[in-house]
Amino acid sequence: MAGAAPEGVTPHQYLENQTRWRRVEIAFWLATLLPFVVTPTYLSLASQIAITALFALSLDLILGYAGIVSLGHAAFFGLGAYTAGLMSKFVWGEPLTGLVAAAAIAGLVGFATSFIIARFRHLALIMITLGLGLLLHEAANSASWLTGGADGLQGVDIWPLLGAFKFDLYGRTAYAYSLVVLALMFLVARRLIHSPFGLALRGIRENAVRMSAIGAPNRSHVRKVYTISAVIAGIAGALLAQTTETVSLEVLSFERSADVLVILILGGAGRLYGGILGAIIYMVARDQFSGINPQFWYFWIGLLLVAVVMLLPNGILGGLARFAERWQGGRR
Amino acid sequence: MKRSSLWILGTLCLFAATSVNAQQTVKIGLIMPYSGQFADTATQMDNGVKLYVKEHGDTVAGKKLEFIRKDVGGIAPDVAKRLAQELVVRDKVDILGGFVLTPNAIAAGAVSEEAKKFMVVMNAATSIITLKSPYMVRTSLTLPQIADTLGNWAVKKDGIKKCYTMVSDYGPGHDVEKAFTAAFKAAGGEIVGSVSFPVKNPDFSAFVQRAKDVNPGCIMVFVPGGTQPAAFGKALAERGISPKTTKILGTGEITSEKALEAMGDAALGIITAWHFDYAGTSQANREFTKTYMAEYKRNPDFFSAGGYDGMHVIYEALKKTGGKTDAAALVAAAKGMKWESPRGPISIDPETRDIVQTVYIRRVEKKGDELVNVVFDKVENVKDPVKARMKK
Repeated sequence: MAGAAPEGVTPHQYLENQTRWRRVEIAFWLATLLPFVVTPTYLSLASQIAITALFALSLDLILGYAGIVSLGHAAFFGLGAYTAGLMSKFVWGEPLTGLVAAAAIAGLVGFATSFIIARFRHLALIMITLGLGLLLHEAANSASWLTGGADGLQGVDIWPLLGAFKFDLYGRTAYAYSLVVLALMFLVARRLIHSPFGLALRGIRENAVRMSAIGAPNRSHVRKVYTISAVIAGIAGALLAQTTETVSLEVLSFERSADVLVILILGGAGRLYGGILGAIIYMVARDQFSGINPQFWYFWIGLLLVAVVMLLPNGILGGLARFAERWQGGRR
Repeated sequence: MKRSSLWILGTLCLFAATSVNAQQTVKIGLIMPYSGQFADTATQMDNGVKLYVKEHGDTVAGKKLEFIRKDVGGIAPDVAKRLAQELVVRDKVDILGGFVLTPNAIAAGAVSEEAKKFMVVMNAATSIITLKSPYMVRTSLTLPQIADTLGNWAVKKDGIKKCYTMVSDYGPGHDVEKAFTAAFKAAGGEIVGSVSFPVKNPDFSAFVQRAKDVNPGCIMVFVPGGTQPAAFGKALAERGISPKTTKILGTGEITSEKALEAMGDAALGIITAWHFDYAGTSQANREFTKTYMAEYKRNPDFFSAGGYDGMHVIYEALKKTGGKTDAAALVAAAKGMKWESPRGPISIDPETRDIVQTVYIRRVEKKGDELVNVVFDKVENVKDPVKARMKK
């Protein structure tokens, strides 16, 4: 939530400044390659972190930038996962086409529901997205002839990536695949939010009435970003289905919607990297705490969340940004 | 951002502890839902595991056993698969065990097959699970094993002609309905109606009324454990259906210790088929319940029995292979294994690697102030009917 442009800077320069790649960003993306050499036995966890980060990124687009609160975003994640799973079962197991199909289906449903979403704001949205999520979950449960119901989808068989890289036990292929897709989607999202369209979205978030007063087509903007977000969430779901070769009802569950919201808020909403950082911290903490104490690790997660929310109201990234600003201010 | 990437790097380095693979240990990775809504089932199963280790020592065939416990947090096959992968590649476990929930067991089965690791399923009860890896055995039950036996018994032994089925609308419910209906019809009975209701259904009055309108003389019901059996019992009492006039049949979940406590006298007369109960009267059963009670201050349930017998398979198989952990050797050792479990004589089917056991027919009766399941009939050596049918 970068504040208003400083004085003496033209809007054009302001936008250009924001688009520039910073050194920390480049360092961050280079660091994502480290698990291959530093922690080669943690690659399957790293892969699931990348997938969760992508899912959080999709939520960030609507929550962090357009101010659309969603408690049912797992609907699109699950749609993607089931599409990819069913595709591998009934058509073929080629992963990339599965990914495209999942994106298309999730995008289609996202587009259809966006007409409802664009009509409401705030609390009403929470109820509607929650309801849509539950509907889809129950639909998948009753269509057990197709989805396998509570036992999960059987017969998911994914072919080697690009015909050469088998999804191995160590998770090397899985992590490389998830990371590349995450990076590509991140580039798309980054370009998007730094465009005039992205600026308009932030306008809607801050003051929807004023945006329509200056002639911005709010509803069509919201519909667009909601559809894009659904596509990305669907891709994340498809990645999970393909890298683990499992799909269960849990991909559509309320818990997954809630978890991703927590992750985004933990990292910092409206900052692109917030979801990624949140996913890393949340999932690494989860893995470590539950390794130490399989029964009561939720206590420590709870403590972590309370501490972050109390001490850093804008998420970890928000806190870091404030810290950096103060530090730079002191230097001048 | 720089700080955060440093942080990540730092933590990742810290966590990159290398695992020491000593020669004289056998590592067993247990994957169970230690947290979340299934936490209690994991506790009971883990207690069964711990009790067996306590009674038999933690050294088998000259090797020390080392346990690594992982929390899967609920129904999460993606997590279960990842944990199984990590146990194999990082912790270098020799044997995988645990598994309360079907989707998780299926997901880990793929790892067992690919990494060639012996895997013992200690609960998850869907028939097809054991087909997922040739190195897998199961020491719990399959739901069709119970429901099929119940359907057959109801017609042939109890003379029931017509029955109405009521099940929760999800995988296990469908399994029970299918198996019961098939066996009931095959034995010459008639299913006069059926209904399924949502898994988290809070009120059963309308469904029970629908069954009552048909006046079937017998109702077969499946609901998951927890609060559901009590709600169902309440609906029966409210709608004036008494087990005295209408036979209520079911699988063991609806008359588990907790369910009976919640249901109270409404449960009297309910007939269930099941493979283990803490109130069982065999010598082994009584001893198991007694030591379990002394150790953990509660009664064992079928999860505990599954964990206990799962450990028995691991111990005995290791003894046969002389401590070798080669999956093919272990599974060969487990095939056809027979022993006297707390639940009675059981064995591992050499063809399907699935459990063969006695299914007990019990009726809820009052003993003192307590409601208990009293066994009044049994069917011995029951195999999983689904896999038996597949072969034909």
